[in-house]
Amino acid sequence: MIKSTKEIEKVIREFGEQEYPNECCGLLFGKINSDNSKEITEILPISNAQNQENKYNRFLITSKDIIKGELYARKRKIDIIGFYHSHPDHPAKPSQFDLDHAWPVYSYIIVSVIKGKADLMTSWLLSYDRAKFEEEVIN
Amino acid sequence: MAVTILIPTALRLFTDNLSEIEVENSQTVNQALEGLVTKYGDLKRHLFTEEGTIRSFVNVYIGEDDIRELNGIDTELKDGQTLILVPSIAGGV
Repeated sequence: MIKSTKEIEKVIREFGEQEYPNECCGLLFGKINSDNSKEITEILPISNAQNQENKYNRFLITSKDIIKGELYARKRKIDIIGFYHSHPDHPAKPSQFDLDHAWPVYSYIIVSVIKGKADLMTSWLLSYDRAKFEEEVIN
Repeated sequence: MAVTILIPTALRLFTDNLSEIEVENSQTVNQALEGLVTKYGDLKRHLFTEEGTIRSFVNVYIGEDDIRELNGIDTELKDGQTLILVPSIAGGV
């Protein structure tokens, strides 16, 4: 389970609509509890580092952006707990490409944006054997 | 000769929750990473492909320098240096 707020979800949806027909992406900051549940306390939109011609179906957050995020998190005594991105005109389900590039532990929030309007939002966790994603409840 | 490897949050689950691991006998980045996955076998599938190369979204830094801008996994190390493992995050439809 990942705990969020209506305000955070609104910002993710609006960013997805703003970047449509390209993919948006960003960092999720917060806490990981001892039972592995998470709480999002802040998010940070990131400029999609993919080449312009690939942004409609791919996103990239560079290691330099991650380092900046880690430094920010350390100062605030929180962690990077996951990432969000949009699927323009596609369902809010992870693709094979998502699976191939995923990390364990982090939450992957996906918002579907259909014809420019944000739709379903879901969250996913990579299984430890890297075989599949498992959906987690956004609360 | 020992170096220290800093582990990102996502991989600490596989290192007994340790954020820093010291690895002995590490003349090169490759030897350091091999030493790391020998100690913590469950890390291997997350750092290396089945062909044994470093996954494209795993970045290794020595200080502020990406080893891809140095000599890759053959980059030589000095005693006491710190390697930082940094994810890059990619995905799409």
